[in-house]
Parts: sequence; C-alpha cells; structure tokens
Amino acid sequence: MDWSGADILFNPRILLRLLQGLWVTISLSLIAVGASLILGTLLGLAMTSRNTVVRAVTRIYLEIIRIVPQLVLLFLVYFGLTRVSQLNLTGYQAALLVFTAWGTAEMGDLVRGALQAVPEHQERTAFALGLSPSQRFRHVIGPQAVRALIPPTVNLVTRMIKTTSIVALIGVVEVVKVGQQIIDANRFEHPDAALWIYALIFALYFVICYPISIMSRRLEKRWTTTTRR
Amino acid sequence: MNPSVLADYLPLYVQAAWMTVRIAVAGIAAASLVGLGCAVVGYYRVPVLRQLLGAYVELSRNTPLLIQLFFLYYGLPKAGIVLSGEASAIIGLTFLGGSYMGEALRSGIDSVSQVQLESAYSLGLSRWQSMRKVLLPQALAGAWPALVANVIFLIKETSVVSIVALPDLMNVAKNLIGRDYNTVEALTLLVIGYLVILLPVSLLGSLLERRFRRGLVGS
Repeated sequence: MDWSGADILFNPRILLRLLQGLWVTISLSLIAVGASLILGTLLGLAMTSRNTVVRAVTRIYLEIIRIVPQLVLLFLVYFGLTRVSQLNLTGYQAALLVFTAWGTAEMGDLVRGALQAVPEHQERTAFALGLSPSQRFRHVIGPQAVRALIPPTVNLVTRMIKTTSIVALIGVVEVVKVGQQIIDANRFEHPDAALWIYALIFALYFVICYPISIMSRRLEKRWTTTTRR
Repeated sequence: MNPSVLADYLPLYVQAAWMTVRIAVAGIAAASLVGLGCAVVGYYRVPVLRQLLGAYVELSRNTPLLIQLFFLYYGLPKAGIVLSGEASAIIGLTFLGGSYMGEALRSGIDSVSQVQLESAYSLGLSRWQSMRKVLLPQALAGAWPALVANVIFLIKETSVVSIVALPDLMNVAKNLIGRDYNTVEALTLLVIGYLVILLPVSLLGSLLERRFRRGLVGS
C-alpha cells in the first residue's frame, strides 16, 4: 500500500487547524469542569443535608442524569429543548449546558462520598473538644474529605475531556469535526488520510488525558496512605 | 405529543433497542474476558505480558470511544483492514471496557486479605480449591459494585456506535428527527428505550450486591 497519506500530518496548515479544533475541545472541557466543580461541591453538600426533602430531590437529580447516556442528554437539549421552548441554542451552548449538568451530578456524588467517608468519630471528637459546627467543618471534616476527593475528581476531569468528543455529533466544530473536514477535503490527493488523521487525534487525546491520569494516581498513592483513621 | 406518531415509531425503536442490547452484550462479555485476562496476568505478575497490558490499559482509558471507533471503521480500511460496523462496535467496546473490567477485578482481588488464603492453605485446601472457594467469591463480592457500574457505563457508551452506521437507538432517533421533525416523540421514545434497558440492569445489580455481601467474610 501507499503511505503517502502520512505527509498530511506534516502540513503545517492542517496541523494548525487541528490544533484550533483541539482548543475548542479543551475550552469546552475547561469551562464545563470549572462550573461542575463549583456546582458539584454545592450539590454534594446538599446531598449530605439533614433535610430529607433536599436529600431526595438531589438524589433524584443525580439518578436521572446518570442513567441516561450523555449523548442522549445532548440530543435532548440540542434538539428537544430548543424545540419545545423558543430557546435558540448553538451546539456549543447545548454542550456546555449538558456537560455542566452531568459533571455537577458526578462531582456532587464524589463530594457526598468523600464527606461520608470521614469516620464518624472525627466529628464526635471535634464536638467533644467544643468546636463549633463551622470549625468542625473547616478544621476536621473538610480537610480530610478534600484529600479523599482530589484523586477521583482528577479522574472525572479526564472522563469529561474524553466525553466532550461526542459534541462532534451535534455539529460543534471541534477537533474530531475538523479532522473529518480535512479528510473530506483531501479525499482525492490523500485517499488514506482517514487513517493518519484519526490516529493523530487518538494520540492528541492520549497526550492530554494521560498526564492527568498519572497525576490522579500519584495523588491517590500519596494521600490515601496518610489519611488519619 | 402525538400518540399515533409514537405508535408508528414504536416497532422501529424495538428493533433498534435490540441492536443496542446485542452490541452491548457482545461487547461486555468480551470486555469481561479481556478484563479477567488483565487481572490474572496482574495477579501472577507475568513478565512482559504485564507491561504490554499496562500500555493497553493506559491507551484504552485515556482516549474516547468515539475516536477508537472512527479509527477502526474509517481509518483501518485505508491500511487494508476492513471491518463491518458491528465488528468495529464490538471491538471498540471491548477495547474500552477491557481495561475498566480489569481494574475492577484487580481491586476486588486486592481487597481480599492475604490471611484468607493462608488460612485456606493451613486448613489443607489445595491451591485450586482455595482459589475457587475462598479467593474468588470474596474478590467478586468486592469487585461487584465496580463491575455493575462498568456494565452500565458500557451500555451507555454504546450510544456512540451509531456513527459506524449501526441502526441502534441513537441512530434511529437521529434519522427520524431528520426525516419527520417529530422531535419530541422521537426523543421521548429514545429516553424510554434506554431506560427500559438500563433500569433493570441497575436494579438487578444492587439486588445481587446485597446477596454477595452476605457471602463476605469479616464484614
């Protein structure tokens, strides 16, 4: 076979376009991750609330968001929500909405898990020492929960970056879509471009996600061994 | 919402749901086998193979299924390897799921304390017996929640396979929206289709979990 398609990877204009597409992927992920971390922390706190109604409502939100595939959520918002309301959302906006809603649910569950994983005696001991509720949270429960929280949160970040690739299916021009356009535009000069372009995009995702995964594992090793029991 | 449209669409969705289930079952079964292989190789610390599988796990966990599928279905034919849509989907799911299943099983095995095996040996059980009667049941109980989560995750991931021209739930919904513009009906049936598949799996998973827990020693 003819391997000429590989040349396409050395064309600076094509590389630049792919990187621009990659930037759309990264910016979408960053905004959604940032919003999810903040809203998810609030959701997690609400999920550990003593109020039964608050607990039930947040639980239902979590279960609904979680059971439906993210691509279905994306379709619901991009095609459904825009149809039933008079909202006019671009693909990018729909994607931001969906990934924030999903990320918030996942983050909320992580925060809830981390808070509940702090042994009960920690809270009671702090209480016995005369610490106020806010002091107990700030000096005793909070710091321990954060340690347990960071590794899975970093993991969630890679999951979110990976999952944003599906926005190409609602027409957002990010790295995958740019790749498809390049393949189509070079159909005659480089018929085997698909192999190289998809391999390159595969590698790009790996280059972004792998360091984050490594970081998550390091943090996990360092911090799970020093948690006070 | 128009009931007659729903009735018209229903048979199409039933067929599509069947396709989703078939891909999911095949992919999950194959992924479990790959995962078991990874866990066994990790447990016995098989040299060389262990490093290779380690590289596979990293590749599989740090890239999206969508790109894996594009590469398999549109990329590989340019190198002379032609795969059908169904084969690409199942291989893609296996590639993705194998690493997740492997990690779940590994952590299940790790959760069984060494004392359990030593006690089994001292009671005169053979290697195989202690593996089968002591280690595996507890490892499975430990890994169960993660395994169920993976199964649900993989069923959800099948929504992406519509891009390799497979008539699954997602694909049917997309085509019907494009054809008739009955968006609300098409999306309602899409959600119902996934819920009908996913809810029983989720419920069965937590039921069996309670069952397994009873078999756990020391908890």
